[in-house]
Formats: sequence, C-alpha cells, structure tokens
Amino acid sequence: MVSASPPPLLEMRGISKQYPGVKALDDVGLTLERGEVLALMGENGAGKSTLMKVLAGAVRPDAGAIFLDGTEQQVTSPVDARGCGIAVIHQEFNLVPALSVRENIFLGLEQTTAGFVRRGDERRRAEELLRRIGVAVHPETPCRRLTVAQQQAVEIAKALAVDARIIVMDEPTATLTPQEVEKLFAVIADLTQQGIGVIYVSHRLDEIEEIADRVQVLRDGQVVAVRAADQLPRRELIELMVGRSLEEEFPSRRQSVGEPRLVVRGLCRGDKVRNVSFEVRRGEIVALAGLVGAGRTEVVRLIFGADQAEAGHVALDGQVLSIRSPRDAIRAGICLLTEDRKHQGLILSQSVLHNFALPNAAHFVAAGRGFTGWGFTGWIDQQRERDAFAGYATSMRIRANAAAHPAGTLSGGNQQKVVLAKWLESNSEVLIFDEPTRGIDVGAKVEIYGLMNELAEQGKAIVMVSSELPEVLGMADRILVMHEGRITGEIADPAAATQADILSLAIR
Amino acid sequence: MNADTPAALMPRLRHMGATVLADHGMLLVLGLLCVFFSIVTLDEQTPVGGDAAGQLVRRLSQISDEPKQLVIVAGRGSDEDAFVSALAEGAATAGWSVAGISQGGPRDARMSLEAFAATDRRVEVIALSASAGAWGVFDGLESRLPAFADATLLRPEPTRWPNFLKATNLLNVANQIAVIAIVAVGMTLVILTGGIDLSVGSLIALSSVTGAVCIRDVCGGQAAGTAGMVVGAAVGILICGLAGVLSGGVVTLFGIPPFIATLGMMLVASGSAYIIAEGQSINQVPDAFVWLGRGADLAGLPNAVVLMLVLYAAAHIVMSRTTFGRYVYAVGGNAEAARLSGVPVRRVMLAVYVLCGLLAGLGGIVMASQLKSGAPTYGQMYELYVIAAVVVGGTSLSGGEGRVLGTLVGALIIAVIQNGMNLTGVESYTQKVVLGLVILAAVLLDRLRSRRG
Repeated sequence: MVSASPPPLLEMRGISKQYPGVKALDDVGLTLERGEVLALMGENGAGKSTLMKVLAGAVRPDAGAIFLDGTEQQVTSPVDARGCGIAVIHQEFNLVPALSVRENIFLGLEQTTAGFVRRGDERRRAEELLRRIGVAVHPETPCRRLTVAQQQAVEIAKALAVDARIIVMDEPTATLTPQEVEKLFAVIADLTQQGIGVIYVSHRLDEIEEIADRVQVLRDGQVVAVRAADQLPRRELIELMVGRSLEEEFPSRRQSVGEPRLVVRGLCRGDKVRNVSFEVRRGEIVALAGLVGAGRTEVVRLIFGADQAEAGHVALDGQVLSIRSPRDAIRAGICLLTEDRKHQGLILSQSVLHNFALPNAAHFVAAGRGFTGWGFTGWIDQQRERDAFAGYATSMRIRANAAAHPAGTLSGGNQQKVVLAKWLESNSEVLIFDEPTRGIDVGAKVEIYGLMNELAEQGKAIVMVSSELPEVLGMADRILVMHEGRITGEIADPAAATQADILSLAIR
Repeated sequence: MNADTPAALMPRLRHMGATVLADHGMLLVLGLLCVFFSIVTLDEQTPVGGDAAGQLVRRLSQISDEPKQLVIVAGRGSDEDAFVSALAEGAATAGWSVAGISQGGPRDARMSLEAFAATDRRVEVIALSASAGAWGVFDGLESRLPAFADATLLRPEPTRWPNFLKATNLLNVANQIAVIAIVAVGMTLVILTGGIDLSVGSLIALSSVTGAVCIRDVCGGQAAGTAGMVVGAAVGILICGLAGVLSGGVVTLFGIPPFIATLGMMLVASGSAYIIAEGQSINQVPDAFVWLGRGADLAGLPNAVVLMLVLYAAAHIVMSRTTFGRYVYAVGGNAEAARLSGVPVRRVMLAVYVLCGLLAGLGGIVMASQLKSGAPTYGQMYELYVIAAVVVGGTSLSGGEGRVLGTLVGALIIAVIQNGMNLTGVESYTQKVVLGLVILAAVLLDRLRSRRG
C-alpha cells in the first residue's frame, strides 16, 4: 500500500453558518499546510471574518468540521482553539495596556506555584520568545508605552507562548510603516520555517503578492478560487473578489484645477506640527503622505478645529477663518472624515439616520417651526431626513433599510459609506479624508475613489491623508510629504513619481 | 421553503415577541404588578355617600312604581351628609316622598322612628346608610314598632373590587410619586449624557426653603397674593437652576467627574438650605399655596399629577423631535464623535445640568405646596429614588440609551410597589428591603433583555 502524503496541518470542511437574513458561509472549505502562508481574500461581507471566528472557536458553525493533522477536533470555544494550537491576532489587539509585556503574554497561562506567579520563569520565557521574533522590548514595559509594531510583536509572542501551530493574522499591516512591514514579513518567514502555518487576511494586494504561497478567495460566503499565489495575476484576483471586471483600480478624471481655495499658513502645535503651510486649489486632490507619526492627522485636525493651533491661520476662498471647534469648521464649509470611523466618525449606539443627520441638523429643521435659543434647538422633519438618506443609500449602494439600525451593526465598508454620506450632505467646500479606504474591500474602494473624483470635478478642494502609497500615487494631483511635523517636499506630478520618491522624502 | 410553514413561523414570532418585550418590557412589568396587586387586594367594598345613594335609588324604582314614602337614617360625617342629600334628591326624582330624615347615632334613630310611628303615617321603605345599617336598633323592628311591619329596610349592598384599583387609591399613587417623577425628568437628561446629579435631593430642600422664605419675608407671608406666591416659587426654582449652572460649569469647564461635582453641590445646597431656614421649618404661607400640591381642578386629577403629565409630554417631544434631544443622545453615545460632527458638546452638557436643577427646584415647590411649608429636611435620599426611577425605566447609566417615558414607567413601578405593600400591610422596614430587591431585579431584567437582543 502506498503511504499517502501526510494530512494537511489544518483542514476545514463543509463549514456553513446562517445568520438571520444572510448566509454568511455556504459549504466553505480551507486547507493549510505546514509552513505555508495562505492569503484569505474577499470583499467585506464575503465571510472571511466569520470563517476565522469559527476557526478560533468564537462562533459555532451550523455544519462542518475542523481537522488538525487529519484528526477531527471539537473547537467550541476560544479555550479549545488555544488548546489545539490555533492563535488569532486581530486587527485591534487584545492587549491590556496597563499590564506589562510579560503579564500580557502569560495572561490566562500564568506560571504559578501555589498561586504565586513565578515571575523569573515567565520573564525568561518572554525574553526567549521576543528574541525569536527579533524585537527588542523589555518584558516589564507596560504595553501602552509600545509602538503599534511592538504591540503586534507581543501578540505574536502570545501565540508562540501557547505553541501555536496555526496563526491567523487579520490586517496586520494596517498601522505599520513600510520598514515595520518588512520586519513582519521576516518574522513570518521565520515562523513558517519552523513549520507554523499562517493564514493572512488582508486587502493589500501588494503584500499578498510578496508574502503569500497560496491565495483563497471568498465571495458571498462561498469559495470561488484556491490557487498558488504566483498563478493568480492581480487583475484576475480583483475580478474573482468582486465578481465583475473592474476597469481600473483608480478611476481617471478630467483634471481642471483652478485658483487656490484653501490656504493654510504657519500652523504650529507643539512639536507635532511645525510651521506647516500649503494650498489646495479648486478641483484639486492634494495628498498628505508620510510615515505614521509624521503629523499628518494632527495637521488636518488643526484645520478642522478638532485641536487648537498655537499659531498660524486657515483661509477659505480668500477669507481668513476663525475656527475654534469642529462646529465652526463645519459652518465655514470644511469637513473631516476621521481615520477612526468606529470611535470618532460614528456614534455606534445611535441609528444610521441619527448619525447621518447630526452635522446637518439645519437642513432638516422644519422651516418656521424651529426656535433657536442657543443655536441648537429646532423641530426635526423626520420625513425629509429619511428621504435625504434614501437618496444617498441608492446612489452609494448602502443597504436601504439600514437607516433605523444602530450604526454599529453595519459592516466596515457600509459604515464608511454612511460617514461619507453624512459629510456629502453637509455640502462642504473643503473635504479632508483621513485614511478613507482603510479596512475597506476593493469594490467599495473604487466607489469611494469615484466619489472623490466627482467631488473634485464639482470644484471642491480635497485633502487626502493616506499611508497607502499606491492610493496616493493613483489619486492625487499633488503630493505633500511630511516628516516629524514638517512638510519635507512636494511632488507636483504624481503620474511620473514612484513609491521610492515618496519614501525618500518621508524619512528625511 | 414556504415562508408560512409552522417551522418558519416560530422564529419570526419569537423575533417579534422579543422586539415587543425589548421596547416595552418595563411597561409589561408595570402592568403585571398592577394585576398582581389588584388580585391580592380584592375585597368587599361597601359604597358610601353618593355612590350608596345612587345604588339605593335604583332599587327604589324596582320596589314600586307608585309614589311611596321613605325614611332616611344615617350617621354623622361628610360621607353621611352626602348620602342623605343625594338620596333625598334621587328619591324625589324617582317620585318618592321623603317622610323623614334622621342623622345621628343609634339612639337618635330609635327616637325618631318611635316618634314617626306615633304619627300613624305609612312608610314603605327605611333607607339606611352603610354605617347606620350596622346598628342593632333595626333588629326586630317589625315586632317592636308594628307601624313599620310592612316596611322594607334598604341597605347598600357590597361589591367586590380591588382596593388597589379604587379611584382614590390610584390618584393617591400618582400624587405620591409626582415630586419624584418631576425631578426624574431632569435626571433622565443628565444620565442620558453619561452623567449623574446627586444634588437633586438637597435642591428640593433648597427650593422649598427659599420659596417659603421669599413668600414669608418679601411677598407678604400668609397674606401673600397669587403674584407673591408665583414670585416666591420662581425664586426657589431659579436658585436651583443656578446650582445647576455651577454643577454643569464645573463638569464642562474643569472636567471634574459629575459624581464628585454634584456630590459637592449636594452638600453645599443642603447646608445653604439650613442656613436660609435657620434650621426651622417655614410655614408662613397663605392657604391658597396648597393649590399645586393638594388641589385637583382638572376632572378630579390632582394638579401635581397634571403638571407631571404635561412635563413628561413636553420632555418626550423635545427628546424625540428636536435637535437638542438628538444632541443629548449623541453626547451620551460618544461625546468625542459628537464633537467631531459639530455638536456643541459643552453647551449641551451645561444645559442638561441646568434643566435638572430647575426641575428639582420645581419638585421642591410642589413638595412645599403639598406640605404647606418649606423645610431643609425635605427631599432627603430623594436622589436615590429618582435615580432608581430612571434606571428601572430602562435608561443606561453609561449614557446614550433610554427614554423619558421609560422614566415615568419606572417611577410608577416604584410607586405601585410601595402602595401595594402599604395596602397589603407589609411592615415599613420590610418595604425598604423589598424595594431595593425590586430595583436590582428590574435592572437585571433589563440587562438580560438587551444582551439577548
């Protein structure tokens, strides 16, 4: 009898999961070999996170089974998953900020003798793990003092501490600088050499091309393709994810740039923003590029009034503005889509309609029946609100009946669309987008790019803060690069520029 | 799969049922409590006064169509007077003639009956009030006074009805809770923004004292007119509004947690109340002052209850239909996201503390009106009952969730439980224990509900 090749490290067979109203997973299978990096791709809502939740024991599937090394395992809780050697590193880390690195690594697995923690043992083991990953962090440092990249390393150390054989990484590079990404890839290569299997969930097509051995694509809860990474060209990958061919990743537009509209002069705030000046012209998209921590978000928050500038001023259409709060900025015609839509862009507990109407109260106050005592009272015409939102729901392809549901129940892409709708309704003349497509799938990204182009064509002034260099090069009319609070350079012709050009300015 | 098969129907029904329960769970609890106390206090009710008279008049018509004569016997007191006059009027309308009325005690009844028998007039009916009907003088009347041998003795018949559901009891329930309910409107707003106001109990005392002192010293004391009383009330309420400005200012400008800020204000206000009142209770107010607290002008509804209902209606409309209401929910849901969407967060927070102060002041005036005096001891521990009403009504202490009408239901639940315990004779110390347990149970129920949904 010929001996068969050893069974795969992980095999998920026939996984199905039904939620009220939607079939999240329909007979989905997944195989992972030892030492392999499998990229799991798909639009938001395709079923990736549900599948990973099933693997992690957080969700019980309606049907299907999980096999590890050929034997079926019952993974009914996260504790089971950990016991089987499955570790998941989420996009939002599960670290307790006030506790030290060592305490976080051994949270729930404390090495104790008669109830007392053996700190020396833990420390030694923590140092060993951190060395394996190649990060220089003292085990007693509280996690809140670590950079994002270091925190991610601690999460990996946690996985190794439980002798994980399968590590799932969910959007691991969203908040990393390019150098840190390279470091992470080196760590992943190291892990795979030791026989650990990695499932890599990400929207960043460039990274997939670099790191993945195989690619599995999900769409609408079903598996549509499983191929070796080098046999799946980018265009085809996008088509498989979206289910239709996308003409271009970055829609083109007629460029007709006019006179300067937004003029920023001499903005200062501590050492985060040092004498920043720039202009944005009518119909222009200006990108602010740079590494994480360069001060880009701080600059746009100053323009929007979210923080107080210590010096400098902002002028729109020739008029110097006095902005002391976001409310002033909105009234002046400036709006900001924050980078953290969950905690700054939306009030998750309130309905979508409520969120949509919040900065636009003046539009929906019934004429003649409002009384503005302190400027913030007024009788709301709820029908007009609903109609206005329905208009955006159709044109932006948001689920129509979403209006009454709490904003927290929507998917990431839909949430971003609601935030966009909210600001579009405000008819601002200057729109500032901070990481507009972070965590958004390819299909929704193209829609958002299309909207940005439309706004530019209408003559608005658009500022886009982005860490995704392809996006910056593809969308911007001009690129301003920042480093440590200053603008270090300007790229006036992005079409002719490369990612290296931006990076060289970003690390000066 | 056919959407109407029983297998598909059950989850849909369950989902609908869960939604109804989620939205109106506390109302259901209130309903169940009322049903429970109605069953437990079911009792024989003997009508008195006008009701008794009405019942007897109906039976008069059944006895005979031709005009006959009747004698009325009753005891002393306002109910008995009412009985007598209503019966006399009703009997006359029914065509009967009232041959005689005796009001007094059993001996008066015997003497007037004997005197009547001596006159030799025929009487068909002796109508007795409920209390008179219990006297022994009517036993064996036929044998002692043959003149009454054919006479029918009419007594009011008892009916079965819960003591809880008697109109007087229900109105009493509403009146008892009026002060707490009024103050709870303001507390709901504060809690919706994620804050809390521990000073309302002391503000009740402060406004009662300030209003009473103002009436006594500035507006003419017991000879004060309506204008004077209104001015006094206004001063009391505005002083509490000022306290709200201070609490809210400290919270919004200095970032001090509301718990601490209002704890400090609680002590300041209480001390101030004692100072202003010089430690005494102040009762030099005109008799007409009790109009708000004890009067009942609108179809028998106590004025305080009417005020309470009007306030809740207004608050509900403001919270659900105006931008201010939206802003309150936004600030409570996520103050930073609200700020970045253009909500004037600090102004909204200041406004809710001012409103809470004003409403606590109004509550204090209502209480002063109920007790016809102002005293620095009023309202002690009221902040806890008010907060309980808000929380039992479904508002979350972390802010952003809850409804004003829910608070009304919460206040009614507390009032019904207290009233029910009084009617069933539960001892007052036990009542406290029960009330505490009920509040815990209500909040637990609420948590389980929202976690399921």
